[in-house]
Amino acid sequence: MCLAIPGKILELNAENPMLALVEVVGVRRNVDLGLLQDEPPVPGDWVLIHVGFAMSKISTADAEDQLRTLTMLGEVEAAMQEVRGYGLENEDRDLSGRGQPS
Amino acid sequence: MKYVDEFRTPELIAKAGKEIRKLADPKRHYRIMEVCGGHTHAIYRFGLKDLLPVNVELIHGPGCPVCVLPMGRIDDGLSLAADPSFIFAAFGDMMRVPGTHGSPLEYKARGMDVRIVYSPADALKLARNNPEKHVIFFAIGFETTAPSTALTLMRAKSEGLHNFSVFCNHVTIIPAIRAILDSPDMRLDGFVGPGHVSTVIGCRPYHWIAKDAGKPVVVSGFEPLDILQSIVMLLRQLRRGEACVENQYKRVVPWEGNRAALRAMAEVFELRPYFEWRGLGFISQSALKIRSSYGEWDSEQRFPVPGVRVTDPKAAQCGEVLKGVLKPAQCKLFGRECTPEQPVGALMVSSEGSCAAYYNYEHRKPVTIANAATA
Repeated sequence: MCLAIPGKILELNAENPMLALVEVVGVRRNVDLGLLQDEPPVPGDWVLIHVGFAMSKISTADAEDQLRTLTMLGEVEAAMQEVRGYGLENEDRDLSGRGQPS
Repeated sequence: MKYVDEFRTPELIAKAGKEIRKLADPKRHYRIMEVCGGHTHAIYRFGLKDLLPVNVELIHGPGCPVCVLPMGRIDDGLSLAADPSFIFAAFGDMMRVPGTHGSPLEYKARGMDVRIVYSPADALKLARNNPEKHVIFFAIGFETTAPSTALTLMRAKSEGLHNFSVFCNHVTIIPAIRAILDSPDMRLDGFVGPGHVSTVIGCRPYHWIAKDAGKPVVVSGFEPLDILQSIVMLLRQLRRGEACVENQYKRVVPWEGNRAALRAMAEVFELRPYFEWRGLGFISQSALKIRSSYGEWDSEQRFPVPGVRVTDPKAAQCGEVLKGVLKPAQCKLFGRECTPEQPVGALMVSSEGSCAAYYNYEHRKPVTIANAATA
């Protein structure tokens, strides 16, 4: 729950700009951008994710750093499990009517 | 990438360890509290204690949300799960935490509708997909998770989704630090400040710790070198006789925090007059309750909740361990009746709990910095 998971923004949801498709170590899920509305991220940006919500924008180097911290803490599996568990995907796919992003 | 590689370099770790030995006055005994459970986990995992001189002692703080939740709150939340028209949703961390009549997982085994969610937004989705049921999201966490709960409640309200409510157990870190500093049996020299809570609240809320209590605070990252550097920064302040707030985790923590997150929290939550913490007792203004303008989505305002108060199992000494008065292994149950597989107290459940961290790393096999990187 207290894991901070780095993810890369792939695309913003066309219907709901407060949702973004994010990639975390090969897993793609939608996360909520509502807590970054003061400085909304754009595709290509890295964010730190807590419980399905992007909490802060970080640099690419910090993202790699954070991923390694999780690896060192033995928590990558837990992080992957959490990200896979985010359930917003199907619903958002239905909303946007699109498949996998390019 | 050079930046990343620097953190891997064992020479830098060794250098920080050497610097700590140089700065620590051999005539003094330093007690430094790491507030955050994530730091506790990292400290045990990397065996950082072994890199510190014996007179620099790390005390584990109250920053593990699962650990500080009193059993009565779990019983209260689960009392609602007995109704077959309810779905009880909680983070995975909560599932094995024992209540008086079992953990949420055991309730599930008895046929109650208990679900693991990874995000409060998913609990809201459960409510959308199950209009005939009422979904209760059992919310726990410090300021890291509270904004997400707040935003989820704002969404529920704007959607007019009435079969969803939150059983709110969100707590705030500052009053807990105040309670620890006020505790007569606790002498501390400084704090390793929480990393991810600070991405939300920023560094300003720690000022009084330096200014009024005269204790230095360094907000820290989670890498071994981050934590060691933070200890170096604390010892430098102590050596100079100073107390201020420093930010070692600048790459992630902005000084002002996350304003949008703070706004969402202010919109939805207000402070409870007091809240019970396991081990620390009742602390005034230390937890969040849902404002009456969101009362429709507050499980406690909407449904009768028994308000159970349970004292911890007598033999378990969770309170003393939480306050740093006892080390995990000094508890009578540690490693015998109470293990991560069969936890009696919450400190043994979460990987951020000091008992589980101590059991997994100190008690079993030491993980050195060298092999942790490849673990």
